[in-house]
Amino acid sequence: MEKNRESSKVTQTVNKTIIYVVCIALAVLSILPFWIMFVNATRSTPEIQSGLSLLPSSHMMGNLKVLLDKSFDPLQGFMNSFIIASGATLCTVYFSSLAAYGLVTYSWKLRGAFFTFIMCVMMIPSQASAIGFYQFMYKLHWTNNFLPLILPAIAAPAVVFFMRQYLLATLSIEIVEAARVDGSGEFRTFNRIIMPLMMPAIATQAIFAFVANWNNLFMPLILLTQKEKYTMPIMVSLLRGDIYKTEFGSIYMGLALTALPLFVVYFLLSRYIIAGVALGGVKE
Amino acid sequence: MRRKDVSYAKFGYIFTFPFVLAFLIFSLYPILYTAVIGFTDMKGLIPKPIHILDNPFQNFKDLLFDNVSFRKSLINTFLLWITNFIPQMALALLLTAWFTNKRLNVKGQGLFKVLLYMPNIITASTIAVLFSTLFAYPMGPVNSLFQMLGWSDSPIFFLQDKTTARGIIAFIQFWMWYGNTMIVLIAGVMGINPALFESAAIDGANGFQTFFRITLPSLRTILLFTLITSMVGGLTMFDIPQLFLAGGPDDSTLTTSMFIYGQAFKGSYMYNRAAAASMIMFLISAVLSGLLFYVMRDRDAAKLKKIQKQTHRNAAQAAAREV
Repeated sequence: MEKNRESSKVTQTVNKTIIYVVCIALAVLSILPFWIMFVNATRSTPEIQSGLSLLPSSHMMGNLKVLLDKSFDPLQGFMNSFIIASGATLCTVYFSSLAAYGLVTYSWKLRGAFFTFIMCVMMIPSQASAIGFYQFMYKLHWTNNFLPLILPAIAAPAVVFFMRQYLLATLSIEIVEAARVDGSGEFRTFNRIIMPLMMPAIATQAIFAFVANWNNLFMPLILLTQKEKYTMPIMVSLLRGDIYKTEFGSIYMGLALTALPLFVVYFLLSRYIIAGVALGGVKE
Repeated sequence: MRRKDVSYAKFGYIFTFPFVLAFLIFSLYPILYTAVIGFTDMKGLIPKPIHILDNPFQNFKDLLFDNVSFRKSLINTFLLWITNFIPQMALALLLTAWFTNKRLNVKGQGLFKVLLYMPNIITASTIAVLFSTLFAYPMGPVNSLFQMLGWSDSPIFFLQDKTTARGIIAFIQFWMWYGNTMIVLIAGVMGINPALFESAAIDGANGFQTFFRITLPSLRTILLFTLITSMVGGLTMFDIPQLFLAGGPDDSTLTTSMFIYGQAFKGSYMYNRAAAASMIMFLISAVLSGLLFYVMRDRDAAKLKKIQKQTHRNAAQAAAREV
């Protein structure tokens, strides 16, 4: 009996060792490509070609200079991406919260139908309508304009769905009625009382909406053709082109610059992001 | 108390109006427009009057029966999806089993979650270009590593080989998404009634039995949800293959989204063909969404209805026999 317990203890230790080895290996696999990217951003092209190193070198400024000399403007890209992503995020969270509140609080004839409709359109990929969307925007002369990348975010079915679940779990109708008794209009109640209550859900959805819009390549690539309108992901695609063919140092520098803001955001907000993923329904 | 009689129903319509309006303008109209273009002869850079083709389904017919590239893109998309989804799911399930096992009590879970999820949040375009640079030929970090470890004597041209190129793209997708799937599954396990696990432990079930008999069956809905959302996501795969190799070598990494983009926006301006391809993609995703809807509907309610029907029929039969 004693021996048996001993052996099961040994198996337990072996199992645990395997688990930690696998987890640490996976963690290294997550970090390593980015580590090499940041390190190589500081190494000169000959150094990069002479072999692998995990320690930074001193050619950061040189790489940056080569990168910026060849019409790569990360600041402009950053600004463009920031305008589009923030605009789209504001539209998504405000109007989705509004629609979800309308769904939960009021009883109206088409309420059930509207909810079914949201469930149905939740998974339409934007690629499916891209050709018609492009032609439509072309006729409006809205190509090379940020509006067609921001305004469609008003209709975000998955976010409405999420907000509805959140409201169903947290909102008590007494609050709304109390506000009515105090003479608050419906919009005022929503903006002043309900929105603050929804903040945890709004913050989560805002992070994901922002990241998704920041990372989006397909739509901006179709709509934006002027260089000064390029977003970060389009700029990244320039790094694949011929102008940087052998300038590995500056390619890594460009990649590092585009990834850096996301790393900063991720490490500041990782707790909320992981919690948000766990709530589900945030697959792209 | 007269206020109670005020009807607030109109606010339901007002509050959902912006959503509906944006959907009609930016989703529904473009989809219908795309569908119409799919039946026409709209091509070329200069807009000219367009006509519905004599045989409206000509574009679709050409794509499905005569276009090698399009068929290849559908097969590639499926291959790239299945070869990343199976290992992704397997690893995510394994990690979920480990992290939720109370007896194992794995330490540092928070940190592992943060690190394993990390690739998912970084711009896919950046990752695609990063990997194509890492696998550069003749001198790139991966080649250096292989030589350092003595795995190869001469540099390997990874990106020239079709299978390797596909494998790397499937790997990138796997690497970007297994952390996400894992976190969703762990949350699913946390939602299972703990009493189930307790009674399993009292009955002397080991880790394997608990996982396969209790955890997996309870996760069925979440697994199906992950499967279908991953399928729709896989169907629209664009950023990684586009920036990794732009479809090469020999169209072996060309996906359906890339085909649509290439037909319409890369110099050939075949809007009608691209639109028809989009509609085929839309139909596939609509079928998948329908499947999800069917799966996610209230199962118990459906079961109850079925049982009621059954008993009703039995009763009717019994009654018939009695007569």
